[in-house]
Amino acid sequence: MSSMEVTNLTIQTFKKMFAEGKRFDGRKLTEHRPISIEYNISNKAEGSARVRLGKTEVIVGIKLAIGEPYPDSPDKGNLSVSGDLLPLASPRFQAGPPEFNAIELPRLVDRAIRDSGMIDFKQLVIKEGEKVWTLFIDVYPINDDGNLIDAASIGAMAALKRTVIPVLDKDGKIDHDKESKEKLIVSKETAPISFSFFKLGNSIIVDPTREEEECCETRVTFGISKWNGKYMINSCQKAGEVAFTQNEINTIMDLLPKKFDEVNESLKNLL
Amino acid sequence: MAKRSDGRKADELRPMMAKVGVVPNADGSAMFAFGNTIAIAAVYGPRLLHPQHMQDPATGILRCNYDLLSFSVSDRKKPGPNRRAQEISKVTEWALMPVLDLKEFPNTVIDVQIYIIQADAGTRTAGINAASLALAHAGIPMKDLVCSVACGKLDKDVVVDLTKEEEDYHEGEGATDFAIAKVANYDEYSLLQLDGKIQPEVLKQVVEISNKACKEIYEVQKKALKAIVEQEMGGKAK
Repeated sequence: MSSMEVTNLTIQTFKKMFAEGKRFDGRKLTEHRPISIEYNISNKAEGSARVRLGKTEVIVGIKLAIGEPYPDSPDKGNLSVSGDLLPLASPRFQAGPPEFNAIELPRLVDRAIRDSGMIDFKQLVIKEGEKVWTLFIDVYPINDDGNLIDAASIGAMAALKRTVIPVLDKDGKIDHDKESKEKLIVSKETAPISFSFFKLGNSIIVDPTREEEECCETRVTFGISKWNGKYMINSCQKAGEVAFTQNEINTIMDLLPKKFDEVNESLKNLL
Repeated sequence: MAKRSDGRKADELRPMMAKVGVVPNADGSAMFAFGNTIAIAAVYGPRLLHPQHMQDPATGILRCNYDLLSFSVSDRKKPGPNRRAQEISKVTEWALMPVLDLKEFPNTVIDVQIYIIQADAGTRTAGINAASLALAHAGIPMKDLVCSVACGKLDKDVVVDLTKEEEDYHEGEGATDFAIAKVANYDEYSLLQLDGKIQPEVLKQVVEISNKACKEIYEVQKKALKAIVEQEMGGKAK
């Protein structure tokens, strides 16, 4: 039954329940499922993490490679986020050319991190203007039970906190046999996370299960971090055919810092 | 506040230009420009969707394709859609959907082709404005027009309609780019896309300031539609 399409009956039921502030699993509309993080899930990666958000599981691996800087930023390393919705993770994912979801997921993870100030890309320069590190963040869902984007953003942020920079040999090539002790420096102040808000009827929920997510009419995802002591939104993307009202946007703006603090608090001992 | 390089006020849009009926072959078409950013859009359809297995008997579908022409940017862009263009195509569809009701057109597709001829920031928003006009020109039933503008922030100052030069601003909090689309006469925001650094309270202000900009865009769009109706009806339209 896992691949059954969502029915109108389910949508109507959810709409009614959400309007009463209820969910099937007993959570409040703006409550997350329990989050857990494991590290070093692959010892070939320079940093890696597994995040579980309820039954949703995402793994993130970080590799560093030597590359050239972009002409407009000779004094900065590069960031590249990619990922694939593996058919392993859901009966809904198909092999073949990426569907839009598969393109959007890494792009949103990228944006939440890039502008947050979590990584100072200047530390990734090997020789200015010539050689820099490119940070490859690869995101793979292992089990999709909804809210993949937020799970992936937590995974990427967590993996970055435990990433090392490989050792170079005397010819300037990566020495894969030498264990590196040099950690990637990340901001202690901020842990950028994305939060997706889903709308059905007049209700807004967070961290939906796959079934809830498929019933919802539209979504907006915000990447948020702290910068110089202030909450900063670093990215936003609305996805879906239904619009948001100005009042809904304002409500989300009030909720966002609270959710950010709450999730950071629950991650405190995991990061 | 930081002075804008072209001397505009914070809430001042670049000079806009809109022209409907720029591609005679299309069912509807339009050009929309914000200063040096020029977008053209053409609508084909509703027409039967092929291959047949993609048809939806419950509704017609909207299919947008946005891209930069290879010569529209400083460094030549390799022709063909990259991931950025694919994403913009998708968010453009989502931006336009709230004004359309395609249930009356089962099994069909409406293709909206959007190309940027000259890019100076705000290309997706210019593209949405052009597409909205082209859909209206094609006679597709719409509850309203969609108006779109890229707002943002230079360091701490909220501004509308950033140029490329402004987007590359690096002082203080840098530049924040916030593309917004609004259904003209409804409280419906159909595009929200942001990169940068902005506080939640300031984001609320930006949405507020975009309302005024969208009103101005709406007037330009209406004028362009009236002009084409008058032209095509030989001056008989009221």
